[in-house]
Amino acid sequence: MRYLPLTPDDRTAMLAAIGAKSINDLFVDVPAAARRDGFVDLPRVAGELEVERALGAMAARNASAGTVPFFCGAGAYKHHVPATVDHVIQRSEFLTSYTPYQPEIAQGTLQYLYEFQTQVANLTGMAVANASLYDGSTAMAEGVLMATRVTRRNKAVISGGVHPHYVRATETVVHAVGVETEALPAAVDAEADVIACIGPDTACVVVQTPNVFGTATDVTRIAEAAHAAGALLIVVVTEAVSMGLLKSPGEMGADIVAAEGQSIGNALNYGGPYVGLFACREKLVRQMPGRLCGETVDADGTRGFVLTLSTREQHIRRDKATSNICTNSGLCSLAFTIHMSLLGETGLRKLALLNHEKALATRDALAAIPGVEVLTPRFFNEFAVKLPKPAAEVVEALAGHRILAGVPYSRLAPAAGMDDVLLVATTEVTTDADIKILASALATACA
Amino acid sequence: MSSMNTVGRPTTPNRVESKPATLTGGRGLLQNEHLIFEGDGWGKTGVDLPEPKTDGSDLGDLVRRDPIGLPGLSEPETMRHYVRLSQKNHAIDLAIYPLGSCTMKHNPRLNEKMARLPGFADIHPLQPTSTVQGALELMDTLAHWLKTLTGMPAVALSPKAGAHGELCGLMAIRAAHEASGQHAQRRKVLVPTSAHGTNPATAAFVGYTVVEVAQTDDGRVDVADLASKLGDDVAAIMVTNPNTCGLFERDILEISRLTHEAGAYFYCDGANFNAIVGRVRPGDLGVDAMHINLHKTFSTPHGGGGPGAGPVVLSEALAPFAPAPWVVHDADGYRLIEREEDEAAQAFGRLCAFQGQMGMYTRALSYMMSHGSDGLRQVAEDAVLNANYIKARLSDVMSAAFPEGPCMHEALFDDEWLKGTDITTLDFAKAMIDEGFHPMTMYFPLVVHGAMLIEPTETESKQELDRFIHAMRLLAQAAKAGDVERFKGAPFHAPMKRMDETRAARQPILRWTAPEGSNIAAE
Amino acid sequence: MHFSKDHEWVRLDGDVATVGITKFAADALGDVVFVETPDAGKVVTKGDGFAVVESVKAASDVYAPVSGEVIEGNAALAGAPETVNADPEGEGWFAKIKVSDASTEGLMDRAAYDAFLATL
Repeated sequence: MRYLPLTPDDRTAMLAAIGAKSINDLFVDVPAAARRDGFVDLPRVAGELEVERALGAMAARNASAGTVPFFCGAGAYKHHVPATVDHVIQRSEFLTSYTPYQPEIAQGTLQYLYEFQTQVANLTGMAVANASLYDGSTAMAEGVLMATRVTRRNKAVISGGVHPHYVRATETVVHAVGVETEALPAAVDAEADVIACIGPDTACVVVQTPNVFGTATDVTRIAEAAHAAGALLIVVVTEAVSMGLLKSPGEMGADIVAAEGQSIGNALNYGGPYVGLFACREKLVRQMPGRLCGETVDADGTRGFVLTLSTREQHIRRDKATSNICTNSGLCSLAFTIHMSLLGETGLRKLALLNHEKALATRDALAAIPGVEVLTPRFFNEFAVKLPKPAAEVVEALAGHRILAGVPYSRLAPAAGMDDVLLVATTEVTTDADIKILASALATACA
Repeated sequence: MSSMNTVGRPTTPNRVESKPATLTGGRGLLQNEHLIFEGDGWGKTGVDLPEPKTDGSDLGDLVRRDPIGLPGLSEPETMRHYVRLSQKNHAIDLAIYPLGSCTMKHNPRLNEKMARLPGFADIHPLQPTSTVQGALELMDTLAHWLKTLTGMPAVALSPKAGAHGELCGLMAIRAAHEASGQHAQRRKVLVPTSAHGTNPATAAFVGYTVVEVAQTDDGRVDVADLASKLGDDVAAIMVTNPNTCGLFERDILEISRLTHEAGAYFYCDGANFNAIVGRVRPGDLGVDAMHINLHKTFSTPHGGGGPGAGPVVLSEALAPFAPAPWVVHDADGYRLIEREEDEAAQAFGRLCAFQGQMGMYTRALSYMMSHGSDGLRQVAEDAVLNANYIKARLSDVMSAAFPEGPCMHEALFDDEWLKGTDITTLDFAKAMIDEGFHPMTMYFPLVVHGAMLIEPTETESKQELDRFIHAMRLLAQAAKAGDVERFKGAPFHAPMKRMDETRAARQPILRWTAPEGSNIAAE
Repeated sequence: MHFSKDHEWVRLDGDVATVGITKFAADALGDVVFVETPDAGKVVTKGDGFAVVESVKAASDVYAPVSGEVIEGNAALAGAPETVNADPEGEGWFAKIKVSDASTEGLMDRAAYDAFLATL
């Protein structure tokens, strides 16, 4: 057993040093009724080759995005990640290190977290960001809870453009603590509808831009309306690259940004692990959930970094913590930082324009198909089209021809009455050939 | 005679007594490294991209015009920057992390290889399920292993970390009480004083009042106190087993019986599952819900703080309330149940977007398959053996908090043995750094004064354990001999000395800011 | 000056009580990094939490030793939390409260508090 260094001789010597006759003596506190001799009914030890074959067979049954024309988005995006990123995150000192609770021997982790926090704050246009949460959806839930703490009000109004999974994940958690939510009906281009729902009990309004239908919105007016009523504006962003082209949430008046960082540095990974970006205004920082890395000096006066403001967290506040979060997204946030360091502002803006370019070309190609209507008026790299048939059927048919045509909205929200809506995403990875194949196949399927 | 190289040079070293400081502050292989924001990366990029054919003008005023504030580096510079940072980190691949409750075992590289197969890494969560049958098969197989190892009938895979798993378990419990009409009256959760902070934090989060249960002198839950606090106003108990003192709760069957009799549920914090995996099944102990930290027992990498994964095994009673989504295997293949209708009618909701931490499922399953049921049983045995070996070899120089009887996978000491030395648990821990070891868990559990909780895990060889024990014995002797400076000023040999955490909390500086007057960054 | 078992102190001047934490409490916490003081107008009940004090590694609820309405929280602590360590029973005060009930029942005087500390 290759991961177990103890030899039978070691075990004998150690039992002798302990004064135990057998290993069973050390398990003496286990009640007899719960003791199990023999092995649990599962396969026995397997060598690397065997494991590779078994898992390789499972992997081979999946159609990976890089091998087919691929247009799926709706909260997870296929971007090209430079080779450096994956190499660096696999260095022993990053992969196998622990949370930096002993800062003297964790400055590597702490310094990149500080860089990450700065990158995220600047990307989102906000004053401060934390060291990452699990993902965008849990970041949104945490944002709503934070808004209720800050305003001491109890209601969140959520636009009809927010990703349905995000809405459901938020509702599940905030309802448990008695926070009310009003989720507006699905709407392609109606973020501002939240304004009419703001009342004296509104802690926050939550909008998404670009939203799940791809629509990009200037939310400045929404920010003003919220602030006038004493409420906070939470902006959700599921495609981080969009902030390389579009006005930042901070610039538009956001108080809290809850975003998904997967697009930068991280693979699709069938939904996880991802990286939640969380940023807010300066004065709200003590109410922010999650880990925070701060600058300080050591005993010699040398600059260094430490986890700070920990008294918000579970290990100190226990039942009065801002959240029960312990883990952050560690390695995924490192991947984000490295990719962002390679891109720089120049690279990010260019990358964003390439994404937008592909989307424009795809939109033009699909708009030309009889029976297909483009619904999204202004978009970054994703838009919604209305098909003459249920989108799920069309997607399944195209999958049979090895084309992953996008995400039917009905997959996210079957009761929304939008069964004919398809969400189509493109990135810098999309080729003109892909677009041609999609357009042609879609035309056939819709005829 | 003629020779090819007539230039000689000395090949034995000079003995030099002094040790001059370097001129630049460099220290041999250890490089100092500034922030990416402090270099000359403004306006640079390390990624070659084609020229875009659009300028975004179709988006009018939505386009971002002001500088963002993101420096860029070429590939060689990026590599150097992050490799230099990595040199300042301790890591499992370097030496032991004897952190109690963290289970810092070796991270197998096969796991990384498997997780990166394009068939796993390059698939989208919302692709048609007909195109990802292998991914669903993997999730289903992992679920099977987790259920079989724990003896539980159901598992919720989606929680993204241990604390998230606790949330899942407690919400399932609350949903179960709501379904039976008892939630309004059952508003308390009982938690031992020794519990990890996430336990009361989670219970309070879900709207429960936390009531503490006392501990006996031998470090276990005080069953009499528990019994006196159980009643029809209690929703659940949250117990860690083995507990945070590293001890198996002998009365666990009685604890679960009393809990069930009172109509409450038993939530088990599975952080210490490494001590019993393959030997004891939580299902046999009466557990109703238990989260499993895949990044602890099942070796997925700690990655400097994450990502984790915290699937929750559930009893028959709680299974109907598991959150969406989950995998179903029937005659037609694998299906994903994503919404709370029909088959998921009683699910308490959804915890996150998509399916959970697939990348960690692959790694964990690769680990489980590599060990097999025989290997996993050996894991628990070696973990417990290693901890008891440390306890036996240090108990004469340090004070074990619970000296009677064996410990499980971790050994707990208090600071009684440091009395009169003026050296605290913290000072001792910092001196361990100088000797090349990451400190053990300090000041946890809170029930023991100056706690030192040591968990070696099964992947430490006897040689490494002896090296660790040797250093600890020497340090303990030095502490008792009054060698105070060694401890008070430690660490002396690490990349940084002790840090001013007060300053970091009083004047929080949480990001780099461009100097006044520069036009680099927006804020 | 009177003291509670939870290490709060109160100084009464007419019907205005100034409250804070004792030197013993401040020392036990270590370097204070943040104090959450109550807003003016907040109604407090004797024995209930009305403020929070944080050090790097610990956080503690502060319980009202008297009942009444908060006149002002000590705004100076926001920029200088170290004042609580430097002068906990003077400049490090947390709040001034207009008392609704000026009884010092259940509170100790200095001598009794010092005796109490000796038993800990």
